[in-house]
Amino acid sequence: MSPEWTDGNALAGPLGEVFAVDVTTAIGTCVGCGRTGLVAEVHVYAQAPGVVARCPSCDTVLIRMVRTPDRVHLDLRGLTSLTFPL
Amino acid sequence: MARAAVLGRLTWRVASVVEVRAETATARTLLLDVPGWPGHLPGQHVDVRLTADDGYSTQRSYSIASAPGQPTVDLTVEAVEEGEVSPYLTDVVGPGDEFELRGPIGGWFVWRSDDPALVLLVAGGSGSVPLMAMIRTRAATGATAPFRLVYSVRTPESAIYADELRRLAADGAVDVTLVHTRRSPTGSARPPGRLDAALLESAAWPAADAPAVFVCGPTGFVEAAATLLVAAGHDPARIKTERFGPTGGAR
Repeated sequence: MSPEWTDGNALAGPLGEVFAVDVTTAIGTCVGCGRTGLVAEVHVYAQAPGVVARCPSCDTVLIRMVRTPDRVHLDLRGLTSLTFPL
Repeated sequence: MARAAVLGRLTWRVASVVEVRAETATARTLLLDVPGWPGHLPGQHVDVRLTADDGYSTQRSYSIASAPGQPTVDLTVEAVEEGEVSPYLTDVVGPGDEFELRGPIGGWFVWRSDDPALVLLVAGGSGSVPLMAMIRTRAATGATAPFRLVYSVRTPESAIYADELRRLAADGAVDVTLVHTRRSPTGSARPPGRLDAALLESAAWPAADAPAVFVCGPTGFVEAAATLLVAAGHDPARIKTERFGPTGGAR
């Protein structure tokens, strides 16, 4: 049985609804362990009412995102920085 | 175009089904007309949203199978047992039907046809879909980067695009190695079994040649394949991965 998480590539659609650039190609820094890595490589749990992204190294919650009919609620608590390629 | 394909806020469009092609017993390809489609890069995906009469709506991601610049945008969908979206797409939808779609999505798991590096593609199950878009783009653009595909399937019959891959391999467009995990073809020298280090060593480009590596499939398959590749000396920074989650059906 495969693990139940998918990866950060799956965030490209939901985040693309609010950001004008592709966040999955950005480098994020984890507040828990300091790991730096691509958003495309985080672990994503999408079976809940919202989407939760966790650090591949220490499992710290990096991103929480909940979509309601007319709002997107975005919590980036686990990312101390995001670096975007231009 | 590369940048145009990933820039801008995403909005939903209406796609209409032009044609449906059976690929395997459980997978179908939907050829879609998508007015306003901005073009895409091979490896990108779309989100599909289905809405019921009572307003309940749900969405799933599916990889694009076609090369850019074709008359239709093609999605190959593998039926997931008890899935909410895929059974509709694989069993019900037909020519003339419409549904909502947004994309192209994802700027990471993409191959650019002007990249001359060797390419190693590693697919598990329907993980072959975005990799097929790369192979088709190589053929359509006349790119010369040497391609190898290692494709893990349960049985010979469950390999998607088998005939087309055979033709492309005969043309020298891509080297194809099929790995059968449950049942091998009659007369096969290798008993059924998972992708392992020995097979990877014989089928893949050597790590010393620094190929660009794309691995796609169910999460467990991708984790196992990426571990084998790193153990074989491939630079993790050269390995791009895309995971479907537990089933391997979505996308």
